[in-house]
Amino acid sequence: MIRNKIPTLYELSVPGRHGIDLPATDVPQAALPKAELRADCDLPELSQLDVVRHYLLLSQRNFGVDTGFYPLGSCTMKFNPKVNEQIARLPSFAEAHPLQEPETVQGNLALMFELQQWLAEIGGFAGVSLQPAAGAHGEFTGLLMMRAYHRERGDLKRSRILIPDSAHGTNPASTTMAGFTAVELPSDARGNVDLDAVRVACDDTVAGIMITNPNTLGLFEEHIAEVVRLVHACGGLVYGDGANLNALAGIARPGDLGFDAMHYNLHKTFSTPHGGGGPGSGPVGVSAQLKEFLPGPVVELTRDADDARYVFSMPDKSIGRVATFFGNFGMLVRAYAYIRQHGAEGLRENSEHAVLNANYLRVKLRDAYSVPFDRINMHEFVCRGAIEGSGVRALDVSKRLLDYGFHPPTNYFPLTVPEALMIEPTETEAKPTLDAFVDAMQTIAKEALDDPTLLKSAPHDTPVKRLDEVKAARELVLSDRTKVAKD
Amino acid sequence: MSYVPHTERERNEMLAVIGVARMGELFADVPAQVRFPALKLPPTASEIDIISEMQALAGRNAAVDPALSFLGAGTYHHFRPAIVDYVLSRSEFYTSYTQYQPEVSQGFLQALFEYQSMICRLTDMEVSNASHYDGATALAEAVLLALNAAAGKRSKIVLSPAVHPQYRAVVKTYLRGTHAATVVGDEDGAADLEQLKRLLDQDTAALVVQNPNFFGQCEPTEGLAEAVHRAGGLLIIVTDPISLGLFRPPGAYGADVVVAEGQSLGIPPAFGGPHLGIFAARMAQVRRLSGHIVGETVDADGRRGYVLTLATREQHIRRAKATSNICTNSALCALAAAAYLATMGKRGLRQVAELCFYRSHYAAAEIGKLIGFEVNPQAPRNPFFKEFVVRLPGPAAEINAQLLRQHGIIGGYDLGRDDPHLKNHMLVAVTEVNTRASIDRLVSALGKVAT
Repeated sequence: MIRNKIPTLYELSVPGRHGIDLPATDVPQAALPKAELRADCDLPELSQLDVVRHYLLLSQRNFGVDTGFYPLGSCTMKFNPKVNEQIARLPSFAEAHPLQEPETVQGNLALMFELQQWLAEIGGFAGVSLQPAAGAHGEFTGLLMMRAYHRERGDLKRSRILIPDSAHGTNPASTTMAGFTAVELPSDARGNVDLDAVRVACDDTVAGIMITNPNTLGLFEEHIAEVVRLVHACGGLVYGDGANLNALAGIARPGDLGFDAMHYNLHKTFSTPHGGGGPGSGPVGVSAQLKEFLPGPVVELTRDADDARYVFSMPDKSIGRVATFFGNFGMLVRAYAYIRQHGAEGLRENSEHAVLNANYLRVKLRDAYSVPFDRINMHEFVCRGAIEGSGVRALDVSKRLLDYGFHPPTNYFPLTVPEALMIEPTETEAKPTLDAFVDAMQTIAKEALDDPTLLKSAPHDTPVKRLDEVKAARELVLSDRTKVAKD
Repeated sequence: MSYVPHTERERNEMLAVIGVARMGELFADVPAQVRFPALKLPPTASEIDIISEMQALAGRNAAVDPALSFLGAGTYHHFRPAIVDYVLSRSEFYTSYTQYQPEVSQGFLQALFEYQSMICRLTDMEVSNASHYDGATALAEAVLLALNAAAGKRSKIVLSPAVHPQYRAVVKTYLRGTHAATVVGDEDGAADLEQLKRLLDQDTAALVVQNPNFFGQCEPTEGLAEAVHRAGGLLIIVTDPISLGLFRPPGAYGADVVVAEGQSLGIPPAFGGPHLGIFAARMAQVRRLSGHIVGETVDADGRRGYVLTLATREQHIRRAKATSNICTNSALCALAAAAYLATMGKRGLRQVAELCFYRSHYAAAEIGKLIGFEVNPQAPRNPFFKEFVVRLPGPAAEINAQLLRQHGIIGGYDLGRDDPHLKNHMLVAVTEVNTRASIDRLVSALGKVAT
């Protein structure tokens, strides 16, 4: 393992070196406004080989799905089909300008229209907006629509959103941004949201509930029908966090379960690459009563005479725009191609195998790592990463996994399980990979008892060892020009 | 077509380990009446089929020659060096997720740290986040930052009408839930900065100005920061990163927060996204920034390394009290921008900016010679960068239709789309990809459609 530090672009920079030549000016040089000019924009000066070698070396210090198994719970790190990358780069998609007249981009509008329809069909909803850029952005959008819905009915008292304690942190954060108060609900002994707590909380100040199903323990909410009934009975709406749709696509439609709105994470269920943290795409699907509140524009199909035409339109009571243009179109292209390749049958097959893989891992690992809710789970499950009698914690197990060539599971989430390891294998991993992961996890559990310091000092075979996060937060070196010491 | 690798034999072995006889038993918790819906989707397609089908779909778009497109208004055709897509195609980068395990994410973390470093220098700010969704959402979050900085004591945002209309719309959507502020200033499309300054008062959390503005004009920034600071608010500047190759950066004229659409930095137009929200600020605001931030530190052996830092601002730690709900961002687009800026370097970016300036001024001068056309009628003497307004002898929509049908040219943005009073005006964008020959074709075509 090469452990030499890789110099930064600025360290590599040599005054006077150039990477690229632009054409000479072929028009008269208009006078530049001298008072408005800067002397120097202070970018690095590098050759093309410098730049290529730099990024190639950096890429070799980065772990992706294509590098190895990446069972990061709630993130659905599945295979990103290469054909979809090729398709998204077709010049007619990649070079299209968003403000072109719709007549010149009918292919794009057709794609968006079909994708709206397909996502609505998969989720069981009446309408979809493709505009939100990510899951959390979709949550915020959904909550603004719920707010607009209540206000339109003159129902101004509804200020609270119920959120189970196992929810993703984005749920309460989105709730605050949308002007509501988050009310946390406890979980019951079987890992469901506590039904009595829902019953007690439901009143005429409840705007709705945000619920993840299957929840972040990977469990299908056993009382979901009753939860939905209670919330609807008090006049609230049900928002679904679609982060875990990879367990349900083709298995059950949230709309059929009574959900009023849900976002789809195209970068999870529909395989658009996670890109090192983004871009994602978070379309929102809604029931008929919320459809007119969707952010816009959305795409509609009109037929004048014998001619089908796609047009943009703004829903009547739209909450407005949540981003520029029409959403992350490049991601929509990939998701469209993905759904088109799979069809209904393939999507169901994906969910089934995602659930199969997760249950297989749970059963194989439960002796070494206790599973607090040990029953049939969906596409992910949560075990405890602390090894009793060793002082080894979930973090140590995670770091040791790096030495075995695996990306660790999500750790310390959900907050309801101490020392949580949240494991989501996805459907695209084959049994030999899962078995190798099980072997590594079991070996680590033994190492924890035999030689706990080996784990506590892990990882050992990575380009850097454990990093000092406290120093990072205290000294705040956030760019190579701003080494500002903070208290 | 599916990417499930399991053989029949493996599947059966796994079901036996779990202790169920068939796949369906894994779904017993799903209410029977909704289980296994018959989805109405088109049948499956093979990889061969999907390629030809998608090519056919793409073929329903009119082919665009970027040199013959003069459409900008927030998204631009700029030259993208081959290196950028080479870097984006490294799947160690694009198939990874947020860098929660820094020991195996040093590559992306260093790339993002370098991105932050270059954005800080380009804007002359002290801190940049690791990206936001797009320019408009970055602006909306900047407005929320300003309101947080005022700790509930200020509830007015003065918004210039010369900020991109879609950005203004997104800011208003973001404020719909909390009613944390009223937005003033953009009701009168003709309001200039002097008029906006008069709206600043002790209730003002921020003044938002785009420079160069939506109409391509350089705004007079002298005294701007002083005026808003005197009132106790923050100056938020929306800018074009290409313009910063040439013009004074917002930090130099006192901006507190700088946001921008980073699409121009090596990212394809892609019908509007994914793009890149640039979000930079003064160090005083660092704990109010939204999104991931990468910081430098050392490992257990004292070697330099990078981590995500200041996570206590973020939703996964602070939940309802987080500065923002953002989680997934636009990291891969930040990587594209970093590779672009590294390849262009200080000379290259200046050359791009100069070409934009010279060619747009050439186009403006030539169009201005046509009878019935007037360039920048609202402020003919103001400096502009790469876009300018043209008053046309007829409706922009009609002239654009003729340009396309008869000359294969995509004309400028029809300003009547946002303001009916401006239906005879278009916003023309000229960048380094529009050659002199293509500009001459536009000018000649405009001369013909007008007669």
